[in-house]
Amino acid sequence: MSVASPLPHDAARLHVTGTARYIDDIPVPRGCLHLAFGLSTIARGRITAMDLAAVRAAPGVVAVLTAEDLPFANDVSPSAHDEPLLATGTVHYVGQPIFCVIATSHLAARKAARLGKIAYDEAPPILTFDEALAANSRFEEGPRIYQKGDPAAAIASAAHVVEGRLELGGQEHFYLEGQAALALPQEGGDMLVMSSTQHPTEIQHKVAEAIGVPMHGVRVETRRMGGGFGGKESQGNALAVACAVAARLTAKPCKMRYDRDDDMVITGKRHDFRIDYRAGFDAEGRIAGVEFVHYTRCGWAMDLSLPVADRAMLHADNAYLLENARIESHRLKTNTQSATAYRGFGGPQGMVGIERVMDHVAHALGLDGAEVRRRNYYAEMSEGGPSAPPTAPPSPPERISEEKKHEDLASRGAVGETTQAAPAAPAGAQTTPYGMEVSDFILHGLTRKLLETSDYAARRAAIDAWNAGNPILKRGIAFSPVKFGISFTLTHLNQAGALVHVYQDGSVHLNHGGTEMGQGLFQKVAQVAAARFGIPLEMVKITATDTGKVPNTSATAASSGSDLNGMAVKAACDTIRDRMAVHLAQEHQCAPEDVRFEGGRVLVGGESMSFAEAAQRAYVARISLSATGFYKTPNVAWDRIKGQGRPFFYFAYGAAVTEVAVDTLTGENRILRADVLHDAGASLNPALDIGQVEGGYVQGAGWLTTEELVWDGKGRLRTHAPSTYKIPACSDRPEVFNVALWDGANREETIYRSKAVGEPPFMLGISAWLALGQAVAACGPHYPALNAPATAEEVWRAIGRARHGL
Amino acid sequence: MSKIHVTTTVNGDETEFLCDPRETLLDCLRNQLDLTGAKEGCGTGDCGACSVTMDGTLVCSCLVLGVEAQGKTIETIEGMAAGGELHPLQRQFIEHAALQCGICTPGILVAAKNLLETNPDPTETEIRYWLAGNLCRCTGYDKIVRAVQAAAAEMRETA
Repeated sequence: MSVASPLPHDAARLHVTGTARYIDDIPVPRGCLHLAFGLSTIARGRITAMDLAAVRAAPGVVAVLTAEDLPFANDVSPSAHDEPLLATGTVHYVGQPIFCVIATSHLAARKAARLGKIAYDEAPPILTFDEALAANSRFEEGPRIYQKGDPAAAIASAAHVVEGRLELGGQEHFYLEGQAALALPQEGGDMLVMSSTQHPTEIQHKVAEAIGVPMHGVRVETRRMGGGFGGKESQGNALAVACAVAARLTAKPCKMRYDRDDDMVITGKRHDFRIDYRAGFDAEGRIAGVEFVHYTRCGWAMDLSLPVADRAMLHADNAYLLENARIESHRLKTNTQSATAYRGFGGPQGMVGIERVMDHVAHALGLDGAEVRRRNYYAEMSEGGPSAPPTAPPSPPERISEEKKHEDLASRGAVGETTQAAPAAPAGAQTTPYGMEVSDFILHGLTRKLLETSDYAARRAAIDAWNAGNPILKRGIAFSPVKFGISFTLTHLNQAGALVHVYQDGSVHLNHGGTEMGQGLFQKVAQVAAARFGIPLEMVKITATDTGKVPNTSATAASSGSDLNGMAVKAACDTIRDRMAVHLAQEHQCAPEDVRFEGGRVLVGGESMSFAEAAQRAYVARISLSATGFYKTPNVAWDRIKGQGRPFFYFAYGAAVTEVAVDTLTGENRILRADVLHDAGASLNPALDIGQVEGGYVQGAGWLTTEELVWDGKGRLRTHAPSTYKIPACSDRPEVFNVALWDGANREETIYRSKAVGEPPFMLGISAWLALGQAVAACGPHYPALNAPATAEEVWRAIGRARHGL
Repeated sequence: MSKIHVTTTVNGDETEFLCDPRETLLDCLRNQLDLTGAKEGCGTGDCGACSVTMDGTLVCSCLVLGVEAQGKTIETIEGMAAGGELHPLQRQFIEHAALQCGICTPGILVAAKNLLETNPDPTETEIRYWLAGNLCRCTGYDKIVRAVQAAAAEMRETA
């Protein structure tokens, strides 16, 4: 069967021959025009004068657009309509697009974009956490608070207390293909947009509003992205909208791609966080109560910041049963890029908070970190499966008001439906701080196995001995677990559609709402289709995501791609298969359930025919061989204001052990070995899933070690190219890297009992940061309170703290 | 500015094109010759997505001018598979699942091929450091290193 096979990526042959097309590789018609933005050079202020004469006069320039030239909506926000395509009188960060150059070549457009003379009335920018707090510059009226039990009382009566502050940096996506879009004007004012986006429906919606046509006048196609990681969930809007507006104006195809520096300066990144914590615990390291205060810099516009900050709160427990917990979250508005989705969507930040607490507790008690963590785990799921999830009471049909029509309902930033009647967990169940029962916990067994295979205890002892005898080079080893919630927290996004055609020759055309960004979604979903029809994979053609084939799609995000689209494709295939079976059963005077589809053949009433022949017979009998499929995730309901409910269908688990070495004279460091055991349920494709796990680990470790974003006092991003922003290179990969999948099916009825695997492994990289903390802690008696990213400089500073105290 | 006529050999074929004297080799390959396998990842020679060889030397084509190709021999990813037959590196990259989004893959393959031409039996460390100039954001590199090792072993056997 094609599912559960380690088959290569569907486009692998195209990739290795250099023939896979990304947006910038698509042949364009003659006369294609190219766009570039002129950017704000200050972080905050009013535009007092704009002299674009030199821009217009530059070679190759066809037209220059400002906000006044936009015919319809000037809005590329995925949420609060607070993000104009082109600035309207005021600017809010260095890099904000002010005008748009349309020229005959990419280079001509970029050169001309530098010639604008803009005069500003500058205001002091709000850049830091402290500046934002002092100015009360924030989204939402005040902090959001989730609470369970009475943490203040629990901490007050605890035998031991730790408290501290953690500074946690953001992260540039650094998808290797920069943002890109191409708009091709069609007859009658329609627009075809090719976009490197995780969210074609969002692009369709924003383009339709910007060129004044209904959504049916815009078709968006996405074959693949050269990496997304969340950075192409909303950040492609500006390019697609600009291209469509320019194409409408000039009646020419228009293309835009950001140069790498522009990409890093203009687009949003992972939210950076400051986390204050206080925890009370007993002599065994068991947490009695914990309080977190999250501060996050959301940047200048809302974008997806609210659900990101929510998800950070939802992962403040990670894998630990917290009976008394309080999480307070401040979403601060600053004059920087509008922070956006990034793999994990806030989850990693929340998780790092509790991992810091575990680390601090273990240090305070002189206990082993892995042991302290295990003592605080949720209880393992009971044998025989979890208790039946409570069913949500039927919610009243939602009224779509006039105003709501213009909302981006398909965006994670959608406002409106924030409260739902969420069912309470069964009495006596172990629950998260937001009241969801944890019924599928598997980390006890998984941890036991990983600690064994990684030889954790012996290596830890060897490292302690090494550190006792070596004053200069110190080593560290750390374990960390992951429990990550799977589903969009905006419940209505948990739906997907698919379109499947069977042709007369038995070949299958497959389409669904998910997008391919390298994760292998297309391959996994094709495997599902091949399995349903019992045909070889070569007979299934996966086609570009297209809003004209499957409408109203959710972003390929929240790790949901194969869970949602795999199920939708299964439904569509089964519809066609059932129709064929009914017809063939009639022909052969047998029951439809006796018709079998396997090995590329159809077996019915003792006869065996090829799938192609079965398709032909069905066609001749006038049986429809085309179907749509639809899926919605069951049993999710969530009240984000109260912080109560079941936001997730299930949890994905994993754990890692990382060993590092640190040069205490310079802070330089290296990952020596990483061991990972990750839960992908019954994997649809182990080769692709292990690829996600390895890539996720390295990207997560990069976030917490070398990837440092630096803004100067004027709000200018000084790390805007790979020359200054350091993502892991081939030479940084762990020298020993053992990655395995945990063998176990998903308890929930997901597609072939698999589990989502896009985001969860990212957080395995936390173990690398914790290991650096262990190595640093070996330098002195004090708690080093290592911040992130733990660059060589930060490691060196933390060594000073370990030796001399804070 | 008037365009310059450049005659060069690309993937074994004598080729000519007109280019602006300031145009990069990468842009010439992509825009004049429709060879879009080399990608622009950064435009500053840091990411390696635009890797090609010029007279056998591995270069970032975003840092080479098109006019510098005059009289030289250029090899790109499009020339790696001989007549539809995949190079061992290409095959091993597929078999080892050593790619995800694939946009760094052409550059990495060109760089790896260049390594194996001068060093048919590289150590793992040599591979890791040779490829350190080719960034990949998706894979975490492990499968890439293993694929290169497997291809090197295969090529030594058949050599």
